[in-house]
Amino acid sequence: MKMLSKYSKEVLLFLAALFFLSPIYIIIVNSFKSRQELYDNALALPEKFSFQFYAEAMEKMGFLSALGNSLYITILSVLIIVVLSSMTAWMLARTDNTLSKIIFMTFIATMLIPFQTLMMPLMQLMGTITNELHIPMFNTREGLIFMHVGFSSSISVFLYHGFIKSIPITLEEAATIDGASKFGVFWRIIFPMLKPITVTVMILNVINIWNDYLLPSLTLTDKGLRTIPLSTFYFFGEFTIKWNLAMAGLMLTIIPVVIFYVLAQKHIIKGIGEGAVK
Amino acid sequence: MKKGNTGWYLLFTAPLLVIFTTVVIIPFIIGIYYSFFEWDGIAANPKVFVGVDNFLRLFDDARFLKSTWITTLFTILAVISVNIVGLTAAVLVTSKLRIANAARTMIFMPYLIGGLILGYIWQFIFLDVFTLIGSITGLDGLFFNWLMDMDYALYAMVFVFTWQMAGYVMIIYIAGIQGIPNDVIEAAKIDGATGWQRFKKITVPLLMPAFTISLFLTLSSAFKIYDVNLSLTGGGPANSTEMFAMNIYNEIFGYGNYGFGQAKAIIFFFVVAAITLTQVYITKKREVEM
Repeated sequence: MKMLSKYSKEVLLFLAALFFLSPIYIIIVNSFKSRQELYDNALALPEKFSFQFYAEAMEKMGFLSALGNSLYITILSVLIIVVLSSMTAWMLARTDNTLSKIIFMTFIATMLIPFQTLMMPLMQLMGTITNELHIPMFNTREGLIFMHVGFSSSISVFLYHGFIKSIPITLEEAATIDGASKFGVFWRIIFPMLKPITVTVMILNVINIWNDYLLPSLTLTDKGLRTIPLSTFYFFGEFTIKWNLAMAGLMLTIIPVVIFYVLAQKHIIKGIGEGAVK
Repeated sequence: MKKGNTGWYLLFTAPLLVIFTTVVIIPFIIGIYYSFFEWDGIAANPKVFVGVDNFLRLFDDARFLKSTWITTLFTILAVISVNIVGLTAAVLVTSKLRIANAARTMIFMPYLIGGLILGYIWQFIFLDVFTLIGSITGLDGLFFNWLMDMDYALYAMVFVFTWQMAGYVMIIYIAGIQGIPNDVIEAAKIDGATGWQRFKKITVPLLMPAFTISLFLTLSSAFKIYDVNLSLTGGGPANSTEMFAMNIYNEIFGYGNYGFGQAKAIIFFFVVAAITLTQVYITKKREVEM
């Protein structure tokens, strides 16, 4: 486009990027201020850098416990999703019959169901399972993982299915002739080939599960089981007025995300792009 | 299916199908059933069959109708705003600028932070930073606490949602732009097409698949918004930003109207499905083959 000179585009993009990052600046500077200093000027740099409010926020949020819960729930859910949905998608893609088509179409169709449509009956059903079958679905991290896996299966199977369809079948046939079992064919030959789409599936699910608030809020009531979004919610319920403390708390919740982003940045951007165009 | 293969088929698909059925399919069916009953959610209390009464009652629920209007308005504004910002960013980021990579990273960042936390961050900015800027610059007609104003609170939601989603949409548009072969653009350049002509006649038509996905994602997530709504405005002031998802949550778990709330939730599903499918159908038709 010749409408804008290269120089002005450079400036425009720089300003946009700065604008997108400006809230982070605001959180950081105010997380070091006393309440009085914060109200004097919310934009100024702090007079001194003391981690006093971080320590306080960390304790009041139960941050370490929340971090541990979030990590446990997210990692385990995503691992189970990757294993189960890749296996399911492979079978559905490679078995060309009506049953497979119906199952696949059901996965696709349910992607349109909003969580709000399912939340009440899901809670009722989980209550029944807890009471009748004595499997504790509420107030256990494993119960929540079970539900996360269920909700993530549609999109994950959909992504894997599309990718598998583009892989030629000949390799699998050759391995079968050589005497490999289905299990062997999948784990030794197919699964390694799925790596690009596995990265996409993992990233999409990590973002969704890590940030999810509503489902944990309905299933976890025990304070010690709270995830990061949950503990943030309760923290704000109690300390809304102390904004300096709140800023330190918010900064704490952002730090793990920033670390994840820095470590996996290349994969995240590529994974999101590939997940979208599939 | 050949004999012996059935066992493998079950082994590979059954675990996920059991979980998926328990979490999604059965609740969906039970959900439809509940929507025909009047019930307060307490197991010991009777479920009274009321037929389609719950659905008819929706038309008398002024607060629900208002939330329908707010959700529609929010969705329209949000979809336009997110896609304009996202597409502009994608065009700039792909035009070989020195800060392109850094900018792409920064603009995508908010998407990772998550709606609930973003809402709290912006609550503080509207409350303290906006009023501060207003008093420093004297532009207090623009910089004031939007969250306290019945009309501006909705714009604040659009603003924060755009801030969250623009980077995500940008990534999709980048993927689309990079998929356009260079020789087509070169050929047009040689034929003397201006930058704007090339954008309008080549880039946009070939970007149609990216539009389909971006519109689908922004449309459905704007329509289903909950987290940002909860932490930024909590539905206020005076219910002026109570979106669909929050209205349903409040009806069921806030007021204990399980049957009526579930009827709303079923309607919610049909509306989401109808809107997104229509959009995908329309934009798909405009996609061109290379």
